[in-house]
Amino acid sequence: MDFEKLSMTNEDYINYVQQKSKKSPIFKNLALAFLVGGLFCILGQALTDIFEYFNYEKKVASTIATIILVFLGAFLTSINVYSKLGKYAGAGSIVPITGFSNSIVATAIEYKSEGYILGLGANMFKVAGPVIVYGITSSVVIGFFYWLIKLFI
Amino acid sequence: MKIGKQTIKLENTPKIIETCSVVGPRETEGPLNIYFDIHIDDIFYGEKTFEKAESKMLKTCVDNLLSKASTDKEHIDYIFAGDLLNQCIASGYCIRDLNIPFFGLYGACSTFCESMILASLFVNSNYASKAVAATSSHFCSAERQFRMPLEHGNQKTPTAQVTVTAAGSALIMSKDTNKKAPHITYVTPGKIIDMGITDMTNMGAAMAPAVFDTVTTHLQDTGRSPDYYDAIVTGDLGILGSEIVCDLCKDYGVDISKVHKDCGVLIFDKDKQDTHCGGSGCGCCASVFSGYFFELLKTNKINKVLLVATGALMSTVATQQGESIPSIAHAIAIENEV
Repeated sequence: MDFEKLSMTNEDYINYVQQKSKKSPIFKNLALAFLVGGLFCILGQALTDIFEYFNYEKKVASTIATIILVFLGAFLTSINVYSKLGKYAGAGSIVPITGFSNSIVATAIEYKSEGYILGLGANMFKVAGPVIVYGITSSVVIGFFYWLIKLFI
Repeated sequence: MKIGKQTIKLENTPKIIETCSVVGPRETEGPLNIYFDIHIDDIFYGEKTFEKAESKMLKTCVDNLLSKASTDKEHIDYIFAGDLLNQCIASGYCIRDLNIPFFGLYGACSTFCESMILASLFVNSNYASKAVAATSSHFCSAERQFRMPLEHGNQKTPTAQVTVTAAGSALIMSKDTNKKAPHITYVTPGKIIDMGITDMTNMGAAMAPAVFDTVTTHLQDTGRSPDYYDAIVTGDLGILGSEIVCDLCKDYGVDISKVHKDCGVLIFDKDKQDTHCGGSGCGCCASVFSGYFFELLKTNKINKVLLVATGALMSTVATQQGESIPSIAHAIAIENEV
């Protein structure tokens, strides 16, 4: 629909708006995401090393570290800290496993008001669901090609 | 009487006898704090869910309006109300307890002007002697309907706006009422304008062309210039949307920048409250008009106001299907007898 009054096309207007809109502070956001995401990774590594030091197998140690991080994400979400952290850290707190935990717990809190089955239960994976669906799908696809290549090599 | 392209002249100039505003915690911290009637410091307002809280807030607002105007609900002929929730449940459940004939309206954030227009037309044509217009919005119930869960850690873009937790209501009566009060003289219902903006976090830019269209049409239809008004008040364009609408009007040869005010900009202190482009929601225009501008009109600090509430008529479903954001703006001219 063209705007007759101003003889302005939609394209003109969208370009004008894009020019006028304040952009997200990309460098600041990247730096904070790198910093916070990195800190979560360091924490995960430290936990793994500590459990390995106490003679746990590497696989077991990293599983325990993961469980602790998931708990930490859930805990920080429930005391209203993770959403504040996410405001500054962006992808830095969304991408690590703590963010996955946040997306499930936040949704669970949100939908509890519609009951435990159709509210909480049905909506818990609303935000995290796509990650699981496409994570599993892509691992199946990659696994298939891996198997295919192995047949010939 | 219809004049020009789409404006209606109200020959019987109904009066806005009384208004009432209720606001939530964040709005209480804002710069307009002292102008609001009731402040709520609990975001749940003593209820179990945000939807119930919003409904209760609207109920408090209407109840208080009636007691301010010292009238009973039995004497109200019709109530025009709406909100942002699916199927307008905040209004529906609020008015369930009121026993007043009800018109449920949805015009997104433009609902306050839409309900005022219809209420004043009913009074103007003597179908009603007392009609109420009321709307509400709640940050948390809007957030869960339109955006992400509250506790989800995400970032908002600089163009995003914050839904206001507030309700506003106005009691409209015929001009024969003795009480001195501002009149409604003209109303200009808006058309849907869609300039192809698809970004749900940039509502100001999506709605600005609708405001431009309604305001310029109103001025043309009435033969008035922007300076005729002491204030042209838009609902919730926010900082960016306000700049855009002033730009568009200037390009068209009408300068509204001197008299333009925006409720979304006024309600928050953007530096202290980190509200990005400002406030939005049905309750924004409703509470700022009912609280702030009505007070200025009553005390004759301003005498002529053009109130233009703006709404973005999209839903998450339409947006996910790739639709752009259709917008609307309704204007209503409110004047003191001079």
